[in-house]
Amino acid sequence: MTRIKPDDPIVEVLQNVEKGASLWSDAWHRLCKNRMAVMSLCIFAFIGILSLLAPWISPYEYDAQNRSYGAQSPSAAHWFGTDTLGRDLLTRVLYGGRVSIGVGFLATAVSLIIGVLYGATAGYKGGKIDAVMMRFVDILYTMPFIIFVIILMVIFGKQFWLLFVAIGAVEWLTMARIVRGQVMAIKQQEFVEAAVSLGYSSPRIILKHLIPNVLGPIIVYTTLTVPSVMLLEAVLSFLGLGVQPPMSSWGLLIKDGAEKMENFTWMLVCPAFFFTLTLFCLNFLGDGLRDALDPKTSAD
Amino acid sequence: MALLEVRDLKTYFHTRNGVVRAVDGVSFDLEKGQTLGIVGESGSGKSVTCYSLMRLIPQPPGRIESGTAKLDGVDLLSCSDDVLQQIRGKRVSMIFQDPMTSLNPYLKISTQLIEPLCLHEDMPKKVALKRAIEALEEVGIQDAAKRVHYYPHEFSGGMRQRVMIAMALITKPDVLIADEPTTALDVTVQAQILELIKQRQKELGTAVIFVTHDLGVVAGFCDQVRVMYGGRIVEAGSTQDVFYRPAHPYTWALQKSIPSLQRKGDELYTIPGMPPVLKEQITGCSFAARCEYAVERCRTQPVALKTIAEKHQSACVRFQENELQGADL
Repeated sequence: MTRIKPDDPIVEVLQNVEKGASLWSDAWHRLCKNRMAVMSLCIFAFIGILSLLAPWISPYEYDAQNRSYGAQSPSAAHWFGTDTLGRDLLTRVLYGGRVSIGVGFLATAVSLIIGVLYGATAGYKGGKIDAVMMRFVDILYTMPFIIFVIILMVIFGKQFWLLFVAIGAVEWLTMARIVRGQVMAIKQQEFVEAAVSLGYSSPRIILKHLIPNVLGPIIVYTTLTVPSVMLLEAVLSFLGLGVQPPMSSWGLLIKDGAEKMENFTWMLVCPAFFFTLTLFCLNFLGDGLRDALDPKTSAD
Repeated sequence: MALLEVRDLKTYFHTRNGVVRAVDGVSFDLEKGQTLGIVGESGSGKSVTCYSLMRLIPQPPGRIESGTAKLDGVDLLSCSDDVLQQIRGKRVSMIFQDPMTSLNPYLKISTQLIEPLCLHEDMPKKVALKRAIEALEEVGIQDAAKRVHYYPHEFSGGMRQRVMIAMALITKPDVLIADEPTTALDVTVQAQILELIKQRQKELGTAVIFVTHDLGVVAGFCDQVRVMYGGRIVEAGSTQDVFYRPAHPYTWALQKSIPSLQRKGDELYTIPGMPPVLKEQITGCSFAARCEYAVERCRTQPVALKTIAEKHQSACVRFQENELQGADL
């Protein structure tokens, strides 16, 4: 056998192998190989950063009207044109992105926290507690969403925070069901018994031992929740129940555009393009994450 | 007084098809530093006995119907959850059958080893990590300082069982319950793991309840043996007594089934029939249906463990009445 010298390049390779890969770094590598997902991530990050920096990038105010100007088709001064009140459409699209993406992530975060904790508790406790908790979810499921929102609006008036409440209240249900199912499957495994036998309390086992194990499905479902929440926000704004002008959101802009699309096509095309692109990106990213976190289900 | 006194433990499972009497009146004592072997074939109630002691039985369908298990006077079966949580992992630990699934795949070994220390001994994380590395070294894992940061999937089955042992013993418990810790491992690793448990037991003075269906393991490892059949203890005694002066036809049949004790070329001995279904209350001896020495009395007369010689008990009626002697078997 020949001996390996310390300066041999193989030594470095072996050292890297020995470092050991966590499941997360494995998943990250698989995600990076998925070109569609990486591209989606980049485009989404680009749109997100643009929206976030809108007040500093854009030379116009989102609510600065110019009545004498009126609706203008795209030009060098206004890349996406202006709306009927003479407001710069690119600025409004970027500001709309702040609202839409913001609502998407905040409402998702709300639904994520409630859904994961609720589902994990129900799944881990099992028996009667589980039955009662999940019947409550079933009852909420049967509530028609739009009517629910209208009732909320009637009681509290048209307020921005109601959007989060309404969307969050609907979206956590599915998350709770998914997490409960996963937890029920995992709690049969011996490491949960081992954790109990080491004297850990139930909250500790749920938070520290069970939830990390179901993080894969949670992440995947979260990336798919964000676009569906954004879509809900758009639906509500489109119906006039969501964001109120002069604030802008993608749903609101699409609604305005749809009303005037015969004469001013760009008013529909520009916000719709950004909205669709973002939804595509998030969905592809979600698919990519699902394949990366659970290689068994991937097509190849 | 013994360290752990189990009296008349009964664990029943209330299933849709009736009540299964998995453990039906088990009593034993465990002295400090002693090794107690519980043997029996599959379904004899060995594991359920252990799980009951740790209150790990899924309830429902399981229920601990009666009995006490006193650890230094505290009854493990009836104490509050808070008290139990302080005993579990601190005074009584458990290692499981399958090392592949008994470690959390998403947490580093270090995280899992540190947790009992932080929880039960209020140790700061840095000190606990040092202790964890020592614990890994004590169970014979080389390069422990580096490997402690690995994930379970980077370890082999034998190494994982070593980690489990390190984890169970890291708080220096009084009692270690080992539920078939070597069943899922291959033979060479089995011997190493047994040796390791023995050595750690000697160093820490831990008492061990060792559940197995391998009589050979019991012979080399345990001080005391309890032979279980059909949810009951049928023979109790020191390893010497049970092996050299077996006082129950079941023990004897188990011994006859050890392949290495049989002549080469002969058909392997097996106990005819199946273990009893524990749904019906069995009057008489539960082994009678399979026993070649059974007489009418065995099937009708209630049986109980009785002392037949000093510190040697049997539940066989015919042994108790001196109709059968060790020499007959």
